[in-house]
Amino acid sequence: MKKFAPISLRFFVLVAILAVAPTAADLQGDSPRVVRLRDRLASNVLRWGGDAEGGAPFQFHDPEQPDKLVGFEVDLVDALVEQLRSQLDLPQLHAEFVQYDWVSLPLGLEKQDFDLIVSGLEITDENRAKLIFSRPYYVYSLALTVRADETRVKSVEDCLKLRVGTLSGSAAQTYLQELGVEQITAPDGQIESYQDLALGRVDAVLLDLPIAIYNTADDPRFKFVGPRVGQGHYGLGLRPTDDDLAAAIDEALSELIRTGRIRQIYAKWKMWNEDQLQLASGDRPAEAAGLRGATEATVVTTNREAWTFSRYAPPLFAAAGVTVALTFVSMALAMLIGLIVAVCRLYGPGPIRWLALAYVEFFRGIPLLLLLTFLYYGLPHVPYMGVDLAAWQAAIIGFGLNYAAFEAEIYRSSIQSVPRGQWEAARSLGMDDMTAFRRVIFPQAFRTALGPMTNDFVAMFKDTSLVSVIAVVELTKQYQILARTSLKFTEIGLLTAALYLAMSIPLGYLARYLEENWNFGHK
Amino acid sequence: MTQPAIVELRDVTKRYHDKTILDAVSIAIRPGEITAMIGPSGGGKSTLLRSINGLNTIDGGEVIVGENRITQNATQSNDAARRIRRTVGMVFQDFQLFPHLTALGNVCEAPIRVAGKSRREAESRGRELLKQVGLGERFDHYPSQLSGGQKQRVAIARALAMDPQVLLCDEITCALDPELKHEVLDVLEDLRREGLTLIMVTHEIGFARRAADRVVVLAGGKIVEDGPPAQVLDAPQTERTQRFLQNVLG
Repeated sequence: MKKFAPISLRFFVLVAILAVAPTAADLQGDSPRVVRLRDRLASNVLRWGGDAEGGAPFQFHDPEQPDKLVGFEVDLVDALVEQLRSQLDLPQLHAEFVQYDWVSLPLGLEKQDFDLIVSGLEITDENRAKLIFSRPYYVYSLALTVRADETRVKSVEDCLKLRVGTLSGSAAQTYLQELGVEQITAPDGQIESYQDLALGRVDAVLLDLPIAIYNTADDPRFKFVGPRVGQGHYGLGLRPTDDDLAAAIDEALSELIRTGRIRQIYAKWKMWNEDQLQLASGDRPAEAAGLRGATEATVVTTNREAWTFSRYAPPLFAAAGVTVALTFVSMALAMLIGLIVAVCRLYGPGPIRWLALAYVEFFRGIPLLLLLTFLYYGLPHVPYMGVDLAAWQAAIIGFGLNYAAFEAEIYRSSIQSVPRGQWEAARSLGMDDMTAFRRVIFPQAFRTALGPMTNDFVAMFKDTSLVSVIAVVELTKQYQILARTSLKFTEIGLLTAALYLAMSIPLGYLARYLEENWNFGHK
Repeated sequence: MTQPAIVELRDVTKRYHDKTILDAVSIAIRPGEITAMIGPSGGGKSTLLRSINGLNTIDGGEVIVGENRITQNATQSNDAARRIRRTVGMVFQDFQLFPHLTALGNVCEAPIRVAGKSRREAESRGRELLKQVGLGERFDHYPSQLSGGQKQRVAIARALAMDPQVLLCDEITCALDPELKHEVLDVLEDLRREGLTLIMVTHEIGFARRAADRVVVLAGGKIVEDGPPAQVLDAPQTERTQRFLQNVLG
């Protein structure tokens, strides 16, 4: 609770201001803050970023309706938006979810890909350096899970010499590090550690209680041990410049607490416990009353078995469409840029030739992952010439630029393989060099280039899975999301592999067909 | 002869590294003349021929075709060379047909792209030319589907499609089987009757004797003998020509 003091203080000030301010209904256009905020939200969309990849019970895809997101944070956002609608008199206001890698959420917030992080983000000093938090909306603690037959571990202190799993970038990871646990594994998703525990790859898992409950409750392979430790708070993350929105959200949260709505939501998701009484502000007795009041929530049951083929296949097919579109557009761009670079390198004047060579060496030599990350997260910060690209734009440009280097080399060797006599024959007919290249040299070179380019095309199909780092959900990312939600890694994995093969194998055959038949009469 | 030359070379010199390929060669070709260039390998025949339409750059002297002249500073694709190529066609030893185009496509490409003819006009003339060289049934065949003799006749039709005044033939029967050579040589004889100026580098002494108006012997980068076939082939004046003819005729 010590760490939490600044927020409480800030909140205290806010509450003090709100206490003397008129109520929301009276504000209608009068308060400058409300006026500014109505302006700010003129598009009627409040975008929130989260990670639905293995995100239960926070936010995850509903097996009953795979394109729909469910989870306690989804309910919380819906309730918040409802509250903001009346608070700001914006009846059309609605929420929009933006899928992001959990570890990249602060980056996405800064890039303005969304307005709000709602993803079990712990209020820590480290996070507070990057963004501002709302008042807490959940009090979590860390639960230690071991295998059912484990006898060595009575509490987290017994784990110093054991292998302990957790989540990368989480408060639990920090807790384990500060405790001095030697062997910590911290994957990027929150279900991997439980998988590892079941397989014996780790001896214990320390993670936030809601995650632990969702992933292990009713599972006879696991048990909780020891007292819960490391109590902390989840808060909604906002940009430091967005303090009007932060104030409005604090106010809306306060209402949800006071009316008992928040207790209802947590009860529904089996997340309610006495710790949550701390959510009430000491200055507002009504809030405490709301948390104590009776609740009649229906408890949700989520059944992973409900993820049947007919439910997970459609989102996978849709993601395959993204992969196909991304590959085709990127490859077209790469073939265009590659041709320009190759021609510059072969026929340009000295400096142009040198630049074309530099292009090839540069883009061939840097990892695609680095390029994509730079284009998306780094480029907006480049002084004077920063460009803020949408994720799909960054993806297409990144793949286009990278593959263009390889295509340029293919073009170059293909163009050079056309006999010199073809140039002479074309010139002897009076063609200028441009016409000779376009009508005589290039068509022959392109035919030669076709085979190697198809190889690159197939390679790109698979490489496009890299774009998940910049928040584009394509086939591989969708596989990860669905597999981590349903735990059907093998079943969905096989379908995903089949989809990749269904895309790449016909391409290979098409290339072979073209090579054999588009052959100017050769048999 | 008062008729002005259609092609004139003045002191044309060409070097590769330290080796002089053409050593101040001068020659004037009159319209309608059939000139056969013969001589030992490396004597400069092909280089001389390729200098006429600028496929070889030259290091000295000048090439004059009509109103255009190529001098030593010209590149392979300079404007004068391009204008010369509009009146001077060329046929190569190894055909150099465009493999991605049909016989008709090969013949029509330059008339459409260079002379700006309509496709219909170019194709109608192209069919006529292919018939003329005996390939009336092969319009839609790709080069890979044609024999060597057929390919070379397509190449001749391709050059003729630009209505040249001069045709340069660079050892055009050299890559052909003996029984196919006559197909090509017969076509050349037809062209002679039509009044086209022909300059050919050849090893076909028999054909030169029969068809040429003039035989030029090049050796060591110089013209060592120049005159009517009967004179040059049957009564050579220089020792170099005598030696060459002995070697060729056995």
